[in-house]
Amino acid sequence: MLYKEAGQFITEYRLDKRFFRLKQERWAFAALLAFAYLVVPAIGNDYWFSAILIPVLVLSLAGLGLNLLTGYAGQLSLGSAAFMAVGAFATYNFHLRIEGLPLIASLILGGLTAGGVGLVFGLPSLRIKGFYLIVATLAAQFFVQWVFTTFSWFSNNSSSGVITAPPLQILGTDLSTPAGRYLLTLTVVVALGWLAKTIVSGELGRKWMAVRDMDTAAAVIGISVPKTKLLAFAISSFYLGVAGALWAFTYLGTVEPHGFDLSRSFQILFIIIIGGMGSILGNFLGAAFIVLFPILLSNLTSSLLAGAIDPGQLENFQKMIFGALIIFFLIKEPNGLAKVWQTAKQRLRVWPLRF
Amino acid sequence: MNFLSKHRWLWLALGLGVASLSTQVQAANEQYFPLQSYRIGPYAAGGSGFFGGFIDYLQYINAKEGGVNGVKLTWSECETEYVVEKGVECYERLKKGLNGAPAAATNPLSVGIAYATLERSTTDKLPLITINHGRTDSTDGSVFPYAFPLQLNPYSEVSAIVNYIAQQSGGLDKLKGKKIVTLYHGSPYGKETSPILELLAKKYGFELTLLEVPHPGNEQQSQWLTIRRIKPDWVILRGWGVMNPVALKTAQKTGFPADHIIGNIWSNSEDDAAPAGNAAKGFISITTHPSGTSFPVLQGINQYVIKPGKGNLQDAKRFGNVYYNLGVVNGILNVEAVRVAQAKFGKRPLTGEEVRWGFENLKLDDARLNELGALGLVQPLKLSCADHEGGGAVRFQQWDGSKWKVISDWVQADRQLLRPIIEKSSHEYAKEKGITPRDCSKEVVAAN
Repeated sequence: MLYKEAGQFITEYRLDKRFFRLKQERWAFAALLAFAYLVVPAIGNDYWFSAILIPVLVLSLAGLGLNLLTGYAGQLSLGSAAFMAVGAFATYNFHLRIEGLPLIASLILGGLTAGGVGLVFGLPSLRIKGFYLIVATLAAQFFVQWVFTTFSWFSNNSSSGVITAPPLQILGTDLSTPAGRYLLTLTVVVALGWLAKTIVSGELGRKWMAVRDMDTAAAVIGISVPKTKLLAFAISSFYLGVAGALWAFTYLGTVEPHGFDLSRSFQILFIIIIGGMGSILGNFLGAAFIVLFPILLSNLTSSLLAGAIDPGQLENFQKMIFGALIIFFLIKEPNGLAKVWQTAKQRLRVWPLRF
Repeated sequence: MNFLSKHRWLWLALGLGVASLSTQVQAANEQYFPLQSYRIGPYAAGGSGFFGGFIDYLQYINAKEGGVNGVKLTWSECETEYVVEKGVECYERLKKGLNGAPAAATNPLSVGIAYATLERSTTDKLPLITINHGRTDSTDGSVFPYAFPLQLNPYSEVSAIVNYIAQQSGGLDKLKGKKIVTLYHGSPYGKETSPILELLAKKYGFELTLLEVPHPGNEQQSQWLTIRRIKPDWVILRGWGVMNPVALKTAQKTGFPADHIIGNIWSNSEDDAAPAGNAAKGFISITTHPSGTSFPVLQGINQYVIKPGKGNLQDAKRFGNVYYNLGVVNGILNVEAVRVAQAKFGKRPLTGEEVRWGFENLKLDDARLNELGALGLVQPLKLSCADHEGGGAVRFQQWDGSKWKVISDWVQADRQLLRPIIEKSSHEYAKEKGITPRDCSKEVVAAN
C-alpha cells in the first residue's frame, strides 16, 4: 500500500528515464537529502562525522567508481586503490603548486588525472578479459605505489612521504570542522552520484551493459567496443580519484602511499559484491555494511565480553563472525544488499495485505 | 510482525550495540587512558608487549599507591591492527573519556595513526604521545602544542648512531673517509631519516650509501651483495618486523660481520634478534631502555601485578623484554606528567589540556628516577614548551646469542645541530597550515 502505483502513468520517454519513477520514492529521496543536509549536521557529533559518516560516504563513492567499471561495463579490476592514490596525490599537488586554485578545481583536476592514468591501465582490456585483466590492473596497484614511494617530488619532498591536507576552504568558508568536512563530502558524493545515475541510464550506460553482456554482440550492433571499455576505465578512475582525494583530505587529513594498498582494492571490491553489482544504491549499502558492521561488532563484544576474553582473541573472534556472516549472506542473497532492498520494496507494495 | 519475532535476537543485538555506543555515566575520581592497542596483525609482537607493559604499570600504580594522589587510573582498549582508519575510529570513540573519567593522553604507537590524529589531537586538546617515534618536527612544541615525540625522535636516533660510530673510531674527525651503508625499510618510517643522514655524511665526510629494502623485507639478497661489493665499515639497519632477522641471516650468508651492524630503535628487540639464531650473535643495536627485570620498578610490578595473576602478558617469558619495558617507560612518563600537572591544578582528574602542561613541565632527574625505581631504565628527561623530546640519548646493546647486554653509557645526539633543521620543517608546516607558533617565552613554567 505504501508503494501504490495506481494512477502514476508514464506517458513520455522523458518520464521513463527519471531516477525514481514513483512519486513516493521521489518524496522519500527528497526527505533523505533534507535529513542529511539539515538534520544530521545539527544532531551529529564528532564521532559520527569522523568515524562513521565520512568514511561511509567516501567508500560509497569509491564503490560507485568500481561499480561503473565492473558492475556496468563488466571489466574486472583490482587497481581501485591505485587510482584513489593517484587522485589523492594529484589533488594535493595541484593545490600545492598552483597558487590560488580553488579546492573544488583541484579535486576535479585530481580526478581527471586519475581518469587519465586509468585510461592507460585500461588499455590491456582491449585484448584481454576476466582474470587476465585482473592481473593487468594489479600491475597498476603495485606500480602506482612504487612511484609515490620512490619519487619524493609527489609528496613535496616530505621526508616520510606522508602528505597532509591543505586547509579546507571553499569561497572563504572554513570547512575543517567535522560537520564541515561531512557536508563537503556529502555534496561531492551527491553530485557525482547524480552524474553516475545519468550516465548509466543514458546511452553510454547502455553501451556498457551491452559490452558487459556480450561484447561480440555489442560490436555487431555497431558499438565501438574499445572506445566503450576505455571510457569505462577513465570514468571509473575519475570517480575513484575523487574518492581517494576525499579519503585523504576530508576523512584522514593525511595519507601515505601505503594507505592505498591492495587490501584497500579488495575492500572496495567487497563493497560492490556485498552491495550489489550494477546498482547505484548498492554501493552505499555495501559501504555502510563494511564500515558499520565491524564497529558494531567491536562495540558489542567489547561491552558484553570485556575482561572475559583476551582482547586479541576478541578481535580474531570478530573477524570470524564477520567472515561467516558475509558467506552466509552471499549464499542467501548472491545479488547483494541492493537486491534485498528491491525485494523489500516489492513486499511493501502489498503490505499489510498478503496479496 | 513475523519478521520481527523471527529475528528477535538480531534486533536485540543491534539494540545493544547501538546502546553501547552511547553509554556514559557521570562518576568517579578517575583518570582515563584511551589505548589504541594492537594485538593481532603483522606487528602484534610490538603492540602486545608495549601495551602489556603500559597496562601493567598503570595496574601497579593503582595497586601500590591507589592511583596518582588518590586519583585511580583507568583505561580501555580498542584494537587498531596498526591500521590508520581503525586508529582514527578508536581515537574518536575513546577521546571523550570513560564513565566520566577524562582522557589524559593518547599513545597509538604507530607513525601512521599519529600522523592522522595529529590535527585532531590539537583541536581536541588531547596530548599525542609518540615515544621514540613520530613526526620529527613535532619536537618543536611551539608549532605542535599537543604532540610529544618523547625521549628520541628519528633525527636524534641517527645522530646518536653516527656519534657512537665516531666514538668507536676515535673521534668525529676520524669519520672522514669511512664507509657507512644504511639499509632501510621501504616505508615512510624507513625514509624519514635519509635527509639527515645525507647531511651528516656531508658534514663529517663519510661515504654514505642508502639501500632500500621493499616492504615487508623478506628478500634482501641483492642488497647484501651490493654491501659486500662496497665493503662498508658499518651498516645501519633501519628495519621493522620480519626485515630484521632476514637482514642478519643474509649478512651472515654474504660474510658481513654482525658486530658491525647497528640496529635502530625498531630493530632492537628480542623478537628481532632471536629468530636469526646464530647469525645474530654480536649484533649491536641502540635502545633508550635496557631489557631486564632487575630494576626496582619491574620487581614492583612483578610483586603487585604479575604474581597475583593480573599481568597483561599472555606469555610470561616476555616480562622484561624490550617492548614490554618500553611500555613501562611510557607508563612512567604518562603517570609522571599527570603527577606534575596535579601539583599545579589540584589532585583531581585532569583534562587533556592540563595533562599537556604536565608533559611540558616534566622533569626527571636521577634523584626522581631513583625514587621511581627506574634509574638506568629511563633516561633523564627535561621537557619544555619548545622542546617536546627532552632526552635524545641512547645506549648501545649487543646480542650475545640469547639476550641483550648493554655495552655503552648514554650516547647523546647532536641536538644543537638538529634543532635548526627541525625548526625549519615545523615552520614550513605552520605556514602551510596557517598556524601562528606560540611564544614559548611567555609560557608559565613549573616552580622548581
